[in-house]
Amino acid sequence: MDNSIAWIPVLPLIGFAVNILFGVRLKAASAWIAVAAMAGAFALSVGAFSAVVGGEGPITTKLFSWMVAGRLSVDMGFLVDECSAIMLMVVTFVGSLIHVYSIGYMHGDPRYSRFFAYLNLFAAMMLILVLGDNYLVMFMGWEGVGLCSYLLIGFWFEKPFEGATTREAARKAFVVNRIGDFGFLIAILLVWTTVGTLNFQAVMSQSEAMTGVATAVTLLLLLGATGKSAQIPLFVWLPDAMAGPTPVSALIHAATMVTAGVYMIARNAFLFDIAPISASAVVWIGAGTAFFAATIGLIQNDIKKVLAYSTISQLGYMFIAVGAGAYAFGLFHLVTHAFFKALLFLGAGAVIHALHDEQDITKMGGLRKKLPVVYWTFVIGAAALSGIPFTAGFFSKDGILAMTFASGNYGPWALGVLGAGMTAFYTWRLVFLTFHGEPRSEMAKSGDLHVPGLVMTIPLMILAAGSILTGYVELPFHMSTWFSHLIGESAPLRTGLEHPSASVETILMAISIAMVATGVVLAWKKYGAPSSEAIEATVSKQPAGISKVLWDKWYVDEVYNAAVVRPVVWSAQKCWRIFDDWVIHNGLVVFGGGLLWKSVGFFLSFWQTGKTGSYAFALVVGTAFLVWLVL
Amino acid sequence: MLQPIHQPTPHSRTRELESRMIPTEQYLVLSAALFVIGAAGVLIRRNAIFMLMSIELMLNAVNLAFVAFARNWGDLAGQAFVLFVMTVAAAEVAVGLALMVVLFRVKNTLDTDHTDLLRW
Repeated sequence: MDNSIAWIPVLPLIGFAVNILFGVRLKAASAWIAVAAMAGAFALSVGAFSAVVGGEGPITTKLFSWMVAGRLSVDMGFLVDECSAIMLMVVTFVGSLIHVYSIGYMHGDPRYSRFFAYLNLFAAMMLILVLGDNYLVMFMGWEGVGLCSYLLIGFWFEKPFEGATTREAARKAFVVNRIGDFGFLIAILLVWTTVGTLNFQAVMSQSEAMTGVATAVTLLLLLGATGKSAQIPLFVWLPDAMAGPTPVSALIHAATMVTAGVYMIARNAFLFDIAPISASAVVWIGAGTAFFAATIGLIQNDIKKVLAYSTISQLGYMFIAVGAGAYAFGLFHLVTHAFFKALLFLGAGAVIHALHDEQDITKMGGLRKKLPVVYWTFVIGAAALSGIPFTAGFFSKDGILAMTFASGNYGPWALGVLGAGMTAFYTWRLVFLTFHGEPRSEMAKSGDLHVPGLVMTIPLMILAAGSILTGYVELPFHMSTWFSHLIGESAPLRTGLEHPSASVETILMAISIAMVATGVVLAWKKYGAPSSEAIEATVSKQPAGISKVLWDKWYVDEVYNAAVVRPVVWSAQKCWRIFDDWVIHNGLVVFGGGLLWKSVGFFLSFWQTGKTGSYAFALVVGTAFLVWLVL
Repeated sequence: MLQPIHQPTPHSRTRELESRMIPTEQYLVLSAALFVIGAAGVLIRRNAIFMLMSIELMLNAVNLAFVAFARNWGDLAGQAFVLFVMTVAAAEVAVGLALMVVLFRVKNTLDTDHTDLLRW
């Protein structure tokens, strides 16, 4: 049993190695190798999960000693406790489905096998991140998924994207993530200098020693989490990450990688519990992001952009939960979100694929009849995302809002409720514009659609089932507390945090249902029922006033460009021009050094007359001098 | 100044011979004179052949000093050195004269003032 969990990340790693080395020869078979590797990892994860849930307690395994240097000793060790078991299930199950879906979506791509190699590498790195039993192994996975994210965003590197190319989007994701990773790394160093070990369980047992630095460590961890999980202030990379192929957006930028920040905070629950400042920072960042991203999502016209902003917003909810101390609910929403957001992205991918790479929802419409399976699964995903009662998203989001209210964070709770209303609005706007009404473009009208095959629709159906069923592991009013009990084993509720009483919970639920209903009704009024001319007029209207601000995403990119990117580029250029060109090249080092030795040589060269006589004279004088010295 | 370290001999004939021998000092004076003449020749003359000859003169001045000292101290090492010096001098002349021939072919002169190709 012990070593079998080591195979969970190793199997996809083998898949990666085979596909990257022999992919060109394997052609279509490379996809099946990748899928087989993921399915194997899933089977092993089920074994590990049932062992942990069955009450065997955490499983640990130490593969080898990674590095020993002085006092530093790091093992390549894996740990499966309740948190990581849940993550394992999500990553391998959703990952397998997305691998299968990619077979259809990437069909005919010139770099087909490379795509599956990268997907496998991503899965391996994500599993290392999840399984790592110490900070450094987790950090390795953390960096690895960042690399894969970069590779896959820029997978179609020759393709234009928003006035630039996908390479710029990939680079932006990489650089923004680096800022967060810097915080994470400093936090790791701080932990090590304080307690002298990096193993999670060892650090947890010495958490009293961490009291002094806990606030600093957790704030730095939070910086890392905001980078990876696309929260304020480092969320700007995620919308651009939509430049990648849609399965990538589903797997990496919705279901798994971006939730790593939430998982990391839950892993460090014992630190956040003793650092109240950081915990409330997490709550407010989450609430701000949940609200802020939802406002941008209200008005975007790119189907993937809307989903990207909703992902940012939903990650905000998870942050609220883990910040408020309800780690179980953060992970609960993580699980349900993985299902319904993967479903929505894959559905969007099917639509984009069907319309030959059209992503603008103003040019869609009327696809309900033409893509029935996609439509119905998408509706289920939208219901879950918007929190329609009895879907998974309803239970998890309501759980978060109830726990937030119970923890006394009324401001974040209000932002969350408002965000929920906006989420409902933009989600159903997306559904109505994409699938309802009349087709609004030649492509949507024509019968020449790429209707997705079974390899794409079966994953959609499985995910749709998951988008409803995963909600029933934890139900309100203490009807089911299986999930929170399970997670409570490794990341218990913060001390003093209680489930709200039934009456409070009823009122909260009524408020959020009312908000959601308002959002859905508004969306239906504006985009669902009216004639297609009216919709056409609405969607083609130039945004003005507040919607212009939302359309331009609150000018965050522009502000960052002006405040960070341009000054950095400017100062780099000045450093190059002043320091490199003038000081190094023209000034002291190259030119000055050259001049010095050139002039020394020039004056010394007068000694070299070339006349035999003068050499002979120097010889005689020198010898005479030596003789005089000796005598 | 120089103290001959001859074994004291009882024979008056030997002592007589010694008293009639040219003293070492005179050899050394001659040697020094030859050496200076040679050095002056190397410095003053411009013709490579003459310079070579002057060097030979300096070498032989040294040789003379060697044998004079060898006789003075009764030590054959000095004479052995002279044989080596002569061997090396012969080789040096061979190489030197060959260089002269080539130099003359290239420059059509042996004036060392004109052989300054390696100058800056």
